[in-house]
Amino acid sequence: MKRVGVFVCHCGSNIGGVVDCAKVAETAQDYPGVVYAVDNKYMCSEPGQELIKKAIKEQNLDRVVVASCSPRMHEPTFRRCVESAGMNAYFMEMANIREHCSWVHSAEKDKATEKSCDLVKMAVAKAIMNKPLQKATIPVTDRALVIGGGIAGIQAALDLANAGHVVDVVEKEPSIGGKMAQIDKTFPTLDCSACILTPKMVDASSHPNINLITYSEVEKVDGFVGNFDVTIRKKARSIDMSVCTGCGVCMSKCPSKVDSEFEMNLSKRRAIYTPFPQAIPNKPVIDRDNCTYFKTGKCGICQKVCTLDAIDFTQEDELVVTRYGAIITATGFEQFDHSVYGEYGYGKYPDVITGMHFERLINASGPTMGKIKRPSDGKVPKNVVFIKCVGSRDEAKGKAYCSKTCCMYTAKHATLVTEKIEDSNVYIFYMDVRTGGKGYEEFYNRTREKYAAQYIRGRVSKVFKQGDKLIVRGEDTLLSRAVEIEADMVVLATAMVPQEDASKLAQKIGIGYDKDHFFTEAHPKLAPVETHTQGVYLAGACQGPKDIPESVAQASAAAAKVCGLLSKSEMLTEPIISQVNESICVGCGLCVPICPYKAIDLKTISERDHGNIIERLVADVNGGLCQGCGACTVACRSAALDLKHFTDQQILAEVNALCL
Amino acid sequence: MNNIDLTGIRESNNEKLQEVIKESGGVRPEDCYQCGKCSAGCPAVFGMDNTPRQIMRFLQLSMVDEALKSNTIWMCAGCQTCTVRCPKEVDIARVMESLRVLAREKGYITEKSINLFHELFLKSVESTGRVYEMGLILGANIIGMKPLKDAEFGLPMISRGKLAIIPHRIKDNGEVKRIFENVRKRGAKV
Repeated sequence: MKRVGVFVCHCGSNIGGVVDCAKVAETAQDYPGVVYAVDNKYMCSEPGQELIKKAIKEQNLDRVVVASCSPRMHEPTFRRCVESAGMNAYFMEMANIREHCSWVHSAEKDKATEKSCDLVKMAVAKAIMNKPLQKATIPVTDRALVIGGGIAGIQAALDLANAGHVVDVVEKEPSIGGKMAQIDKTFPTLDCSACILTPKMVDASSHPNINLITYSEVEKVDGFVGNFDVTIRKKARSIDMSVCTGCGVCMSKCPSKVDSEFEMNLSKRRAIYTPFPQAIPNKPVIDRDNCTYFKTGKCGICQKVCTLDAIDFTQEDELVVTRYGAIITATGFEQFDHSVYGEYGYGKYPDVITGMHFERLINASGPTMGKIKRPSDGKVPKNVVFIKCVGSRDEAKGKAYCSKTCCMYTAKHATLVTEKIEDSNVYIFYMDVRTGGKGYEEFYNRTREKYAAQYIRGRVSKVFKQGDKLIVRGEDTLLSRAVEIEADMVVLATAMVPQEDASKLAQKIGIGYDKDHFFTEAHPKLAPVETHTQGVYLAGACQGPKDIPESVAQASAAAAKVCGLLSKSEMLTEPIISQVNESICVGCGLCVPICPYKAIDLKTISERDHGNIIERLVADVNGGLCQGCGACTVACRSAALDLKHFTDQQILAEVNALCL
Repeated sequence: MNNIDLTGIRESNNEKLQEVIKESGGVRPEDCYQCGKCSAGCPAVFGMDNTPRQIMRFLQLSMVDEALKSNTIWMCAGCQTCTVRCPKEVDIARVMESLRVLAREKGYITEKSINLFHELFLKSVESTGRVYEMGLILGANIIGMKPLKDAEFGLPMISRGKLAIIPHRIKDNGEVKRIFENVRKRGAKV
């Protein structure tokens, strides 16, 4: 017979004010297996823990039940406590009589006491069935992968590299830099985006601990925390990177011109190109879809003009598998496609542009050399209308959420228009102005007061063309009057949405995403950079709309988490994982797709059956990947899967204790 | 301008508000975030004393009587531009329709001629299966006591075949009549 000790905590008045703890302890003494029961004001305090340790020794206890708060906070405390008294940590069981009882039943004290007794009874029954579990250790590979080379990815990589860890940065575009490289000025200080970004890009490229893997994508992620085996597809660049010096002769001679994605299609680039002059690595790539040589087999001018023989048309995609200890996803955002708005011209009016188009128009290295000219005829606009919340806060056609950054960048655009175009008028249609952030409200006020931007509270109902003007119709909801503006250019503050393939990447890595395909954090407040998959962290706008300061802060936070993980050569793993009873597993494979962590595979085992050796499939749980969620145990038809520490027998013992 | 006393306004008007919500098939006034996209795009807003957005605001504050007495609900042509553009998917046109129904029930008809038009329109549809335009015009003008309103358009339209003197009838008017019967059985006052 097991010897169980029960320790009932008052938690000050949190439990003691509602539940009669002394009575709970007294009642517990009659439960099967209980040899000792006591109550105490604060069981988690030093004297409380001493009480437990002393009782274990004096009463020769082999199971401990602590009736106190939720295990979330203090399970580790009490596990350590019993462990220091020489007991296996998993022989300790907690009964939650605070969150599950006293806090919710404060009006019914007697019944709360009764319920506490029941909860303790169940915990005792389970504790008796508890098995000793041991934490295992797994080796940790001291190398991190950052997916995405925007400002968040660059910051995370630099922090990790400076802490002495080797970092690979995978970027799908030919250059790192991301969206910040396209932006002209940053709010609220109006300092030049490129001026603060490009030094960081250079630092990243020259850092001995950082490897930039550009024009590449993550193909597959295997393994688990400490040991992720990541397959990276290095897309064929058609350039021998080791020879090319980035002299740029090929780019100037290439005859095929196509719209430049970096310039938001406002100007042309060549088929062999670098996205922008400060690109890193500053070596071109051949866009095979638009290259004459790849389309017709003729041309090859770039090859002829290259004095170093760096052009290699025969290059093929290369798959590289590397082992990483941790992964940071920093895949960023895209702009919402506003062509769903028929009332704003289905994206077909050239002078109805997005915020990112505007960034390129106003950028000194952009297609207009920083002169604001409208895309249709190159005229300088006099009346510029900004429409906020396009795609954001719109459940009918867009996204329900607020994109957070638009209020500020629209205010920034407004100041830039008034600064650059004399006698210009700026009108901003808004629903609410949200300027939470240091110096943000002051910036907005300056836009209204000093730069005389006219803020009109109302959502624009229609934009239509009349001659070379765009008529913008909205309601001034503060006046309750319909208003109309003859605009020369309309700028839409379009929503931030995750990358188109964000959900696919999440599935590859095995992390969660929300209905809008933003990656989900492990806890919105207390674990904002972690994911539910150990060893995978989040940085930047891939987790939700964010501005630059926030993305950088989150990137550094994620890097700190990774540093903690990579600082040890091996790590302990939680033993509460799923286990397979191979003798009754039928190998149906139902558990494989159900596992959210991709921890279950089917394996072939051979066994003797009536004198013959036969081979059959059974489920196989990867202990490093399994997070102990228990989804597979419910799905298993033959009950071959069981979660350690929460086995069917343990749960049934609790039910029996309560019901029989 | 008078102050509006909001104290307890929800409780005292809740019954009326629930009627509006029920009549409009469960529209939720609190969904509206007052952006004004409905009012900016409304082709009839020029004749309204309150914009459609303000009608939604009245409902949010449970000021149902104000909404019922507004001419806005009668000026609404039911074109549904507001409904299709509403970013919060509020069926504003339906709200206007329900408010018209309730205004009739409670005797708050602020635009008698528009109400008369609706009545004659339905009567015409019920008797002939489609609108008899000539009858509708004459009825509206005579009962509305403006016998010569728009009279100058009469002859040109008749001569161009745009206005028929004798009503067109549909093949089986019984079906339309049955629709009216069914609607009345369900409590509609038409």
